[in-house]
Amino acid sequence: MSESIDLRRRGLMRASGVTLLSASAVALLAGCEKMAVAQTGNTAGDVSILNTALSLENEAISAYQIGAGSGLLQKPVLEIAVLFQTHHKEHRDALIATIRKLGGTPVAAKSDAEVAQALNAASLKNQADVLRLAQRLERGAANAYIGVIPSFGDKALAQVSARLAADEVMHWTVLSQALKDPLPAKALSFGA
Amino acid sequence: MRGLAFAAAAALVLGTAADAAAADAARGQDLYESRCGGCHSLDANRVGPAHRGVFGRTAGTAPGFSYSPAVKNSSVVWNDRTLDAWLTNPQALIPGQRMNFRVATAEDRADIIAYLRQQSAR
Repeated sequence: MSESIDLRRRGLMRASGVTLLSASAVALLAGCEKMAVAQTGNTAGDVSILNTALSLENEAISAYQIGAGSGLLQKPVLEIAVLFQTHHKEHRDALIATIRKLGGTPVAAKSDAEVAQALNAASLKNQADVLRLAQRLERGAANAYIGVIPSFGDKALAQVSARLAADEVMHWTVLSQALKDPLPAKALSFGA
Repeated sequence: MRGLAFAAAAALVLGTAADAAAADAARGQDLYESRCGGCHSLDANRVGPAHRGVFGRTAGTAPGFSYSPAVKNSSVVWNDRTLDAWLTNPQALIPGQRMNFRVATAEDRADIIAYLRQQSAR
């Protein structure tokens, strides 16, 4: 079963010419939706996890929008923030497509103003403040994706969660370098 | 037999109390920020509900947060034992919940719970 998923994924990736996370994630999931129902019978649970992930991605998109629109970011940090927001939009689109494929309804995003209030964006006074907020959110997102892996009924979705976590860790690493933070002294610094 | 059952129950209660006493709230703060901070804050509803005051609160009653029906209709009251069960496997405690995030290590759970207890008192 997993072999046929991989074959479908590779075929779709070849057809697209450009490998984007959204394309590959959706292709992976598209190949396993029937398996999810047949093997686990827990599609509703998986949709629930994906919807929570979607809320997290929506918040990240708003957070980068708030940061980019704050006037506090200078180039090249601003360009990096916009790129990372694009990644989160691709995550969002992949999650929405997958939730729909599994028969679920994607949750709606909160407004940027609601997110700004929840994240206390009014307290951001300089570029470092914005970077620190983004760094904190990216670390939290990576750990969230790792922490839900055992809860997925479908192992292919758990794999996607790991891939999403890897993107967030990549963001965290770049942000940490921009802040000149030291690297983690010990291994296994993310996740449980 | 009854004596054995009592002894086991007493050991469980004493063990829980000892675990709670030994827990490290300062370490729990670091864990809370890194593990829970992707979705939660103490004072704002985000992906998940605000956590200040969670200790002693009935599940599904944080003001202004839109809960799953499962959590909203549950009768769980958050304390050391229920929070530990929740963080171990939320679906096992309240089937149909939406969190699904698990903390695998007992020590990590105890420290996070100690931090939540400390913050709930403020």
